[in-house]
Amino acid sequence: MGLDFTVVPDYFGVLMLGGAWTIAITIGAGLLSFFIGILFAVIALYGHWSVRLPVRLFAWLFMGTPLLLQLFLIYFGLIQIGIDLPAFVAGVIGLGLHFAVYNSELIQASILAVDKGQYEGARTLGLSRGQTLRRVVIPQAVRAVVPPMGNNMIALLKDSALVSVIGVMEITLAAQQAISRTYRPFEFYLAAAACYYVVNLALEAGLRRLERRIAASR
Amino acid sequence: MDIDLILRVYPFFLEAALVTIQLSVLTTILGLICGALGAAARLSRSAVLRAIGATYVSLFRGTPALIQLFILYFGGPQIGIQLDAFEAGVIGLGVNIGAYMTETMRGAILSVDKGQTEAARTLGLSRWETMRKVVLPQAMRLMIRPLGVNINALIKGTALVAAISVVELTYTAQRYIGSTYKPFEMFLLSGALYMLIIYITGRAIAWLDRRARIT
Repeated sequence: MGLDFTVVPDYFGVLMLGGAWTIAITIGAGLLSFFIGILFAVIALYGHWSVRLPVRLFAWLFMGTPLLLQLFLIYFGLIQIGIDLPAFVAGVIGLGLHFAVYNSELIQASILAVDKGQYEGARTLGLSRGQTLRRVVIPQAVRAVVPPMGNNMIALLKDSALVSVIGVMEITLAAQQAISRTYRPFEFYLAAAACYYVVNLALEAGLRRLERRIAASR
Repeated sequence: MDIDLILRVYPFFLEAALVTIQLSVLTTILGLICGALGAAARLSRSAVLRAIGATYVSLFRGTPALIQLFILYFGGPQIGIQLDAFEAGVIGLGVNIGAYMTETMRGAILSVDKGQTEAARTLGLSRWETMRKVVLPQAMRLMIRPLGVNINALIKGTALVAAISVVELTYTAQRYIGSTYKPFEMFLLSGALYMLIIYITGRAIAWLDRRARIT
């Protein structure tokens, strides 16, 4: 069986719809991983031990095990305790939590790198501990963390392919659907790869612009 | 937590862990070979080789490893490449991680002080001798730790071959989640084995790194 790419355009719409879902899941999981990452970082650095310990344990478990395994745990685990989430939501939660742990590590390092004088200055001016963190330390830390976190977002985009395994209709599963009708895996997986490559290039360009803007605003 | 169940099924997970270890070792070897070739191409004097190296890195880092694996395993037969799932897993993951290792090795070679190359060339060593006797020995030391990061990612990445039905840890966990409805127990069991593999590998890499620093 040779190659025949003429069937690919027939499924252009299916692939584009998959692409839209891939982008949606990347944005959703990206935002979730950003905010939970900040929360985890603050807890890991400043939390009472009764919350710090569980967060540490969670981070340790999630950094030491494969994402695919975590997706199975979240998808089937939630069903077991009676929460039957749509695959898309489970995928966003799984990817979001996975990358939140990695983002948290980056944010912790950059919070510690913020000059101690900033903290002391803010406290001297009468800001409370919480205000100092929220208004002074974290904004500076987040700025420093944009470039490495951008790399995490690029990894997230590519890892979003894994949620096809729990049945989210993104690019990979869209390609699989086309393959199940046409029996042309090479052509459609290559088309899917091209879709990812294009989205990846766009994301990289966007991140580079964001980095320049942040560098300029300093 | 169902301890009885864990005690009953753990031998199957140990067997699966052996497959994960085999996958990890073979993928590491292939990845290092691809990485060395890729770095050599990217640093070569030939513009064609440099372009080939850059394209390799860009394509394989710009698309998901899962898709690359699917193209090889499901699409391979269409272009005359017949592989079983394990072989496809090793080759697919190895060539993928090789693209990341290319950048790691290239970075380490470039971060060797330029004065070293200049001095060696001035002393009359050829370009190749300079690379082999002066730059590479120093670069090797610099690359152990970052390659360790790549290998750590690779071990977790072997889980992807569950999607092409290689019976390794993640596939086994998935199968037992399906048959026992105990996702948490199966996650802990397979997770513990992954973490053990990663921990031992990490210690080995730290040991290599320390030794490289002494000499």
